Amino acid sequence: MAGTTYLEAGRRALIEEMERDGSVWALGEDLGRGGVFGQYRGLQEMFGDARIADTPISEACIMGAAVGAAMTGTRPVVEMRFSDFALCAVDELVNQAAKARFMFGGQMRVPLVVREPVGMWRSSAAQHSQSLEAWYAHIPGLVVVAPATPADNLGLLKSAIRCDDPVVYMEHKNLWGLEGQAPEGEHLVPLGQADIAREGRDLTLVTWSAMRHVSLLAAERLAGQGIEVEVIDLRTLWPWDREAVLASVEKTGRLLVAQEAVSVAGFGAEIAASVAEALHARLAAPVRRLGAPRIPIAYAPPLEDRARVSEDQIVEAVQGMIAPAPVS
Amino acid sequence: MNDSASGREAAAANLDPGRFLPVLALMWRIRSFEELAIESLREGLVLGAIHPSIGQEAVAAGICPNLWRTDLLLSTHRGHGHTLAKGADPLAMMLELFGRAGGTCGGKGGSMHIADFGVGMLGANGVVGANIPIGVGAAHALRLRRAGEVAVCIFGDGAVNRGPFLEGLNWARVFDLPVIFVCEDNGFSATTRTRSLTGGPGVVARAESLGLPAEAVDGNDVLAVDAAARAAIKATRRGEGPRLLHCRTYRITGHTAADQAPYRDASEVEEWRARCPIARLEAALRMAGVDQARLDETREAAQAGMREVRDRARAADWPDAAGAFADVQDVGDPAARAF
Repeated sequence: MAGTTYLEAGRRALIEEMERDGSVWALGEDLGRGGVFGQYRGLQEMFGDARIADTPISEACIMGAAVGAAMTGTRPVVEMRFSDFALCAVDELVNQAAKARFMFGGQMRVPLVVREPVGMWRSSAAQHSQSLEAWYAHIPGLVVVAPATPADNLGLLKSAIRCDDPVVYMEHKNLWGLEGQAPEGEHLVPLGQADIAREGRDLTLVTWSAMRHVSLLAAERLAGQGIEVEVIDLRTLWPWDREAVLASVEKTGRLLVAQEAVSVAGFGAEIAASVAEALHARLAAPVRRLGAPRIPIAYAPPLEDRARVSEDQIVEAVQGMIAPAPVS
Repeated sequence: MNDSASGREAAAANLDPGRFLPVLALMWRIRSFEELAIESLREGLVLGAIHPSIGQEAVAAGICPNLWRTDLLLSTHRGHGHTLAKGADPLAMMLELFGRAGGTCGGKGGSMHIADFGVGMLGANGVVGANIPIGVGAAHALRLRRAGEVAVCIFGDGAVNRGPFLEGLNWARVFDLPVIFVCEDNGFSATTRTRSLTGGPGVVARAESLGLPAEAVDGNDVLAVDAAARAAIKATRRGEGPRLLHCRTYRITGHTAADQAPYRDASEVEEWRARCPIARLEAALRMAGVDQARLDETREAAQAGMREVRDRARAADWPDAAGAFADVQDVGDPAARAF
């Protein structure tokens, strides 16, 4: 194991896969300058400007070109800069990339990865802060990945690049500087496999992306109160690790989902409904979701914070589920 | 007779029947395929919507015979002609329109999603202009792989008012890609006249403003389309970068086969029928010494072949319903918990 950061792990993953497979290339805005966050730093010098391609600010064409290039024998890694900007390329991703293999009867595949940095970060306001993973999880044909740790950013990005399906790969902007350990040798994390970030017997807390870290802080505090929370980081939202979640809730009898995204019609609803359908009789408390209210994300910190799920909120929610308040 | 008309006659007198009789046969196959598809739609055998290209055959037949089998072609919702011209099997195409087993896409795509990657036909597309970035990407991959092929991306006049047109042409110029854009201009953006919706002097000027050489040709004259396409493909294959052809033509049917097109006069349609690209090629071949019997044989053989295709499609089986769950994606169970 070696110390690294979330950003550096993603950079290493791309380098390793480009060295391993000559058909892998990356395209996006400002990649020659290292990308907007430095995650492509030095790569154009290493691989040349054909394989680390600087593109016009043409999101639809970036994504569409990647679809055409993926259909014809290359493996593009698309950089969208901010997930919010990928909305300029939704036709190319949803109508084209996700459906091409199916609607053309399996004649080819679309092995592309679209990196979409998500989440709240330094007062970035309404058009640079969103978490829209549920949109993509809804679309047949897409894989949706949201890594939370440096090791997972390494292992999942490598798996995503090797995957023959189009993968929406959502790195969290607030995690770029996160330090952690990653294996020094080849490290692949399978798509669709959750990580039990903390074991516990009393309640299952399902989360992903940056909310993993808030959840772990809350679980630590709750442990001090004698409440043992099992924290499951899904890591991949489609396909999500249903078996791991159901096994955990079988054991604990309680499910809380914590997500950064707007709670209404968020991916947490899918988990809550699935658990309620499968394990209703086993539940010691109603399932609960924590997520953002249905407001755009604001600029000023006190306003921005209203969209955040806090450690305190998680602690309170868990306490309420363990010892429900008596009906008055 | 003006100079250009006499020039055309001279060109026609010199044309090589050995090259253009097969082009005539192709145009008749396209025409007949679509007439039978419309008939079959009325019988309830072809499903969904189809967008015929009757009257526009010279574009497909002028361009595609100049391509290698391994060259790439991107088409539109009005793509039967392009697909046939690129070499797709008409039976597999008709089966696809009928939604039957053995269709080009196994019955999953229908008319608007016909594709045959085996002949470099990377798909019709149900979204106007969406094939432009995809075509550009296919050309980008050709460049990355240092392949000698070119990509041809055909779109309608409606597409030039979409953002991907600007983004795609600019991209092709910036990366100097081996792609030829073809604007197959039938004058209508669905059911509204494109000229009432389009600012500026048009598609040629738009392409030129982005640095692409562009040329307008009579899209109902297969000899003119052929000559322009040959030159464009040759230049692009030589490494001279992207270019655009503007082929002005006309759609004899409505937007879809069900559209009666009340938004135009019958006299206008008749005027364009008189410029039928197939009749014009026949006239040119007669002038080059081909006798009428040979022309009739060519038409009859094409029509008989397409009728056989239609009859076989009628008799074909539906696809296995389990196919609805196949080829969705590798990762994750597509049948997941829907019921």
